[in-house]
Amino acid sequence: MGQDRRGFLKLAGLAAVCATARESLTRLAGAAETEPRSSAKAPKVRWAMVVDPRRCLEQESCTACIDACDHAHNIPAFTNPRHEVKWIWKTRFDEAFPDQDSRYIDPALTSEPVLALCNHCDNPPCVRVCPTQATWKRDDGIVAMDWHRCIGCRYCMAACPYGSRSFNWEDPRPHIAHEDPDFPTRTKGVVEKCTFCDERIDRGELPACVVACKAKALVFGDLNDPDSEVRRLLRTRFALRRRAGLGTQPEVFYLV
Amino acid sequence: MRDRGRIITGLAVFVAVALAPVWQAALHGAARRPDPKIVTTAKQCVEPTAAMRRDHMELLNAWRDTVVRRGQRTYVAADGKTVTMSLTGTCMKCHPNKKEFCDACHNYLAVSPYCWECHIEPKEKS
Ligand code: HEC
Ligand code: HEC
Ligand code: HEC
Repeated sequence: MGQDRRGFLKLAGLAAVCATARESLTRLAGAAETEPRSSAKAPKVRWAMVVDPRRCLEQESCTACIDACDHAHNIPAFTNPRHEVKWIWKTRFDEAFPDQDSRYIDPALTSEPVLALCNHCDNPPCVRVCPTQATWKRDDGIVAMDWHRCIGCRYCMAACPYGSRSFNWEDPRPHIAHEDPDFPTRTKGVVEKCTFCDERIDRGELPACVVACKAKALVFGDLNDPDSEVRRLLRTRFALRRRAGLGTQPEVFYLV
Repeated sequence: MRDRGRIITGLAVFVAVALAPVWQAALHGAARRPDPKIVTTAKQCVEPTAAMRRDHMELLNAWRDTVVRRGQRTYVAADGKTVTMSLTGTCMKCHPNKKEFCDACHNYLAVSPYCWECHIEPKEKS
């Protein structure tokens, strides 16, 4: 029954492999990414937005939603275009949907700018890279910002495939036309983006852009409620998502 | 013993210098306590005054985290009263005289909370 050194080393090696295998296997299977917090209880609401670009285009060169957002969140208007801070903005159709073959889509749609904002992805790459959890996904799906924690490393900006995040290269205060004391400004060196107006949603109100849009081109609602307006629209009409092939699961839908 | 005079003068100078804080205080009066001015007609702060004086920075941190990270905006005070958790919207509504109130203490203590780089302070005549 003697055990030689060779046998002992073999056994020890096998034990070490078994001890580490579980973690690497689950990681390979992709299960390690699930957060314990979100699995604690099933989310009740999942906020999302449906954009109807045709309705938007009926109001030629209207910027009501953008203005309302800029005002509600004290968004600075920097003179240097490379320093632009944007939460909701207009962009070229082919820039918004670069993976879409738009040659045969109605040119009325593709030749005009389309609204872009943070997609509040279900699988947000910005959240994954943030080293301080200054950005994270709330239980209701909003990809929120905690400006107190942002250290300005801009990893999130590199990770976001939609350019939805802006960096304050300068002190924003002198570039805000009308300061609204109800919402704090940001400082130089902090990243910001659309938050689906979480401060308004917490009070039971709709996002500022949705309220401001006279054409009803922006519809906001709960994806988990089959009777909600967003679900009704998505049931009856076909919708695009920006760069859905990347696997980020964007939750802003564009009706075609 | 020829140096007695010099030694005694030296000692006297040393004692005078070493006790400088004592006679300075006797001449100019002890450092004044800061006197933060209350301008609101309200009788009480969010929590009892002693607790506020001691712990208002902890309270603000708790408010910040509850609002921003948990999305809850109503605070229930120890006595059951409810207030909206907001630095500009609540604290500064009752204490709009930031310079004579918050800063009166903070300048004395040489702390300068950086909150005002983002949170908008009430407009005041300087
Ligand atoms: C409803 C009006 C009201 C609100 C809201 C309020 N305060 Fe007060 N606060 C007062 C009053 C009145 C006193 C003085 C009470 C007294 O004299 O005993 C006071 C006292 C204080 C003191 C102690 C001052 C001293 O002389 O020691 C501090 C610190 C303070 N408040 C900070 C805050 C902060 C921080 C907030 C926001 C979290 C806040 N207050 C919100 C009314 C208010
Ligand atoms: C009675 C004096 C007093 C008053 C009035 C007062 N503070 Fe303070 N404050 C302090 C003290 C003491 C500290 C702790 C300093 C330290 O930790 O070294 C402090 C610290 C703070 C901090 C944390 C600062 C840091 O760098 O960690 C904040 C935020 C703050 N106060 C906010 C306020 C606001 C807002 C008001 C006015 C509504 C106010 N304080 C009024 C005495 C006061
Ligand atoms: C980089 C900018 C920034 C700085 C610096 C900052 N805040 Fe904030 N703070 C915000 C933003 C943005 C919000 C979100 C407001 C909302 O959702 O309504 C917020 C929210 C809050 C709230 C809850 C909502 C409200 O309106 O007050 C509290 C309390 C708060 N901060 C406290 C503080 C304190 C105390 C400090 C200083 C120690 C501080 N903050 C520094 C940007 C900042």
